[in-house]
Amino acid sequence: MNMTLGDLIPLTPLLLVTATAVITMTLIGIRRSYPLTAGMTITGLLVTAIFAATMIGDTNAQVTPLMIVDHYSLFFIVVTCASALVIAVLSYPYLFSLNDHKEEYYLLLGVATIGAVVMVSSNHFVSAILGLETLSMSLYGMVAYTVHSKEAAKYPLEAAVKYLVLSAAASGFILFGMALVYAQTGTLSFTSLLESSNGGTPGLGAPYSIVALLLIFAGVAFKLSLAPFHLWTPDVYEGSPLPATTYLATIGKAGMFVVLLRFIEASDALSFESVVTVLSLIAAASILGGNLLALLQENLKRILAYSSIAHMGYILIAIIASYYSEGTVSIEAVTFYLLAYMVMSLGAFGVASVVSSSEKEFDVVADYQGLFWRDPWLAVIFTGMLFSLAGIPLTVGFIGKFYLFYAGVEGALWVLLSVLIIGSGIGLYYYLRIVYRMVLPAPEQVSFRVGGMESFSAYGVLSILLLLLLVLGVYPAPVMALIESIAAYV
Amino acid sequence: MILVMLIGVLFIGGVLAWISEGLDPKFPRSVALVTVLLDLLIMLSLLGGEGWVASIELEWLPRFGISFFLAADGLSVLLLMLTAFLGAIAIGAAWDEITERTGFFYFNLLWTLAGVLGVFTALDLFLFFFFWEVMLIPMYFIIAIWGHENKNYAAMKFFIFTQVTGMLMLVAILMLAYFHYVQFGSYSFNYHDLLNVRTAGQLEMWMMLGFFVAFATKLPSVPFHSWLPDAHSQAPTAGSVILAGILLKTGAYGLIRFAVPLFPAASMDFAPIAMTLAAISILYCAKVAFAQNDIKRLIAYTSVSHMGFVTLGIYAWNEQALQGAIMTMLAHGLSAAALFMLAGGLQHRIHTRNMPDMGGFWARVPRMAVVALFFSVAALGMPGLGNFIGEFLALIGAFQANIWLTVISAFGLIFASVYSLWVMQKVFQGEYHNADFDDSHLTDLSRREMVYFIAMMIGLLWMGMYPQPFLGLSATSLAEIMGGTEQVVLSLVEGSL
Repeated sequence: MNMTLGDLIPLTPLLLVTATAVITMTLIGIRRSYPLTAGMTITGLLVTAIFAATMIGDTNAQVTPLMIVDHYSLFFIVVTCASALVIAVLSYPYLFSLNDHKEEYYLLLGVATIGAVVMVSSNHFVSAILGLETLSMSLYGMVAYTVHSKEAAKYPLEAAVKYLVLSAAASGFILFGMALVYAQTGTLSFTSLLESSNGGTPGLGAPYSIVALLLIFAGVAFKLSLAPFHLWTPDVYEGSPLPATTYLATIGKAGMFVVLLRFIEASDALSFESVVTVLSLIAAASILGGNLLALLQENLKRILAYSSIAHMGYILIAIIASYYSEGTVSIEAVTFYLLAYMVMSLGAFGVASVVSSSEKEFDVVADYQGLFWRDPWLAVIFTGMLFSLAGIPLTVGFIGKFYLFYAGVEGALWVLLSVLIIGSGIGLYYYLRIVYRMVLPAPEQVSFRVGGMESFSAYGVLSILLLLLLVLGVYPAPVMALIESIAAYV
Repeated sequence: MILVMLIGVLFIGGVLAWISEGLDPKFPRSVALVTVLLDLLIMLSLLGGEGWVASIELEWLPRFGISFFLAADGLSVLLLMLTAFLGAIAIGAAWDEITERTGFFYFNLLWTLAGVLGVFTALDLFLFFFFWEVMLIPMYFIIAIWGHENKNYAAMKFFIFTQVTGMLMLVAILMLAYFHYVQFGSYSFNYHDLLNVRTAGQLEMWMMLGFFVAFATKLPSVPFHSWLPDAHSQAPTAGSVILAGILLKTGAYGLIRFAVPLFPAASMDFAPIAMTLAAISILYCAKVAFAQNDIKRLIAYTSVSHMGFVTLGIYAWNEQALQGAIMTMLAHGLSAAALFMLAGGLQHRIHTRNMPDMGGFWARVPRMAVVALFFSVAALGMPGLGNFIGEFLALIGAFQANIWLTVISAFGLIFASVYSLWVMQKVFQGEYHNADFDDSHLTDLSRREMVYFIAMMIGLLWMGMYPQPFLGLSATSLAEIMGGTEQVVLSLVEGSL
């Protein structure tokens, strides 16, 4: 199949991100300048996000068999690029005083974003795995970036190796599952999975496609850090420098979820009862395990790691519900919750990132004691994010939970709903524990880095995130309408 | 529009109070007081109407048919007035007690009140749930920041209890909305629409339980009451006043407005169990109250006991019983608030809540003793005061529904006399000894404090001597609510024959 110039137009966002990475690389070659490199990356991502946003209304094209650029993928391209932008801004003060080459970090960030953009617009196994590997490869670098810094995140090397080995193993699972699917159907394209299978039987047919599906889900669960494949999460989160953790926890998860959603919808995988059972067990284990293990952690990154395990479990409920309910409510639920999760995770990690630097990370809950009286604005932002993660009204997290509950009710998943309630109840405890720390009187020895001029913009994006959190929590109607209109494309 | 204004004034007042701290730490309290009094003034314009005196409906989340729908009838207006009145009292209680971070304190106080006003007026169930949860957060902060020695535990327990049971209610609300979608083909969270949803059997029972558990936790009723004594004993006085006076009433309001009318058949089946729980609350908590040494815990348990009469009245579901429940809500709001203010005042003066340390205070603080006697007597149900009217009506009504439980519950009145007088005896009578605390600040009630107590006394006397205005206000709303359930129950009975 030949590509024409017309095919390239829907691909503009991807080309723009790629151009950003290439230009960044060239720029580093010409002249090493930290502000310039960062500025270039940020501008490129901003342009891409804006461009993709203008395309949402009227682009819907399958570009080569590999990529689909429809409203849904464009929506997530915008979300991905905007999140990458936020992370780039947060990274700037964090790496500012790193005594090492720091420009290449933005190159890695740019390449990772290319991978994420490919993932959210893939409806073919090949592009999905390509995107996934591009994303993961760059993340290994980002996770280990501060390896020469003495006091930075404690174990960047350990985290990177752990992530590399386990992530590669997970990719292996996915690839093997893909091979089995291919053996069964003779195609790797999501759209033709069902057409090619022997007609009459529901879904993929043949018994070993269950094995194939389970292998794929195991690999995906690794990447999404769903229990019982979550063991790497807290260690990698704790070991990585904060901006890399943020990237891993937000964009890494969202991209994978979009692929999973498209695959499940296209392959009708949930028509196998055993698959539904396995996914339900995974969801329940993630929710309960994540929340329970977070209870007694003292390290903020570990708390957020376990809480992200639980949140992935929450979203899985809506994915399971999508099989049982008519209409698109559950897909909207997944989409909205992912959006909410991005906003609140970016914010929560961002707060930790803005007070930390590559020299010293403040990632123990006790570091935040009395933040309300030391830095009220930052404390308000953090509290907003934590309340949102806990699903309290006025925040986007609540509307997200509302969607999930509704999807669960429509799918009549009573057991999973009760698990969701129990999990959220447990979750309140450790979120409130952090809030409580912040309202305690400040200790006499305050060890925080005082934000200089370079963290001014980081405060800015955090404030924007808080605003987004509240606006989406109080008046989400426009976004709801948008998500309703794009959900039909999955 | 008035309703939006009522809530908006509090939200804005809260922000202003917070900001004004920058000028002078004493400003926030005045700003808060002015805000609440302004609200009370606006509320006066709601009086005198019939039926739904004010309402506003704006589109909010069209995807799910959710609207910003506020409306007030007589029942709401009564509770709105109670909220604003006790809000002013709570500010009075905090006036000298809260000296640190005053701006944030009054911000939280006003936002709690705003949330409560929202709960009493929201007629869209999503909006109702929204306000239901919104009022928790500032209350959490009030306990967690300005509370006493064990505040973290108490605040956390309060929050988790109400949040988790709230989620059960959310699931029930969503089920109801989903059934509306199935039966009518459109999404709606509107109260009047959802009343038309036909539900039956086990599902109806589960949904009703979702609502009941949330409301019974807030009320609180045995076995969901254990957060209350902790929250009360740790909260600052103003927090206790709001908790006991207003927040508990949102649970009872929810039962009257939502739980029973939305699920009349299931509620009818469930009524004996609910009334049994009420009777257990009344007697068991009265007994437990008697065993307390901590004066605030004691009052907290008596609150649970008194709120048992409210549950009893609601599940008897006849006019007298409901009127009794509402009167009890109002009267208990005032008397419990006053008792908590007295206990808080004592703690502020002598830094202990331990009753065995106290005794013989009558001679030292005679005005306080008289006030305490008045409100103790009010709480035990002395004829001529509001609590008597409420509990008496509730018992008369309940007698028609379930004789045995009513007879058993009536013993609660005797227990109430025992523990009320016992407190008076312990604290104000007997020999004065100050070995265990520093009594240098043990001064009598100031003139400012007397103003608050006298205002509450007048309220209780008014309710006790001439309750007709109160009964009249709620009568039409109750008639409407009961008419609706009667129809449904009748049609169900016919259908089954």
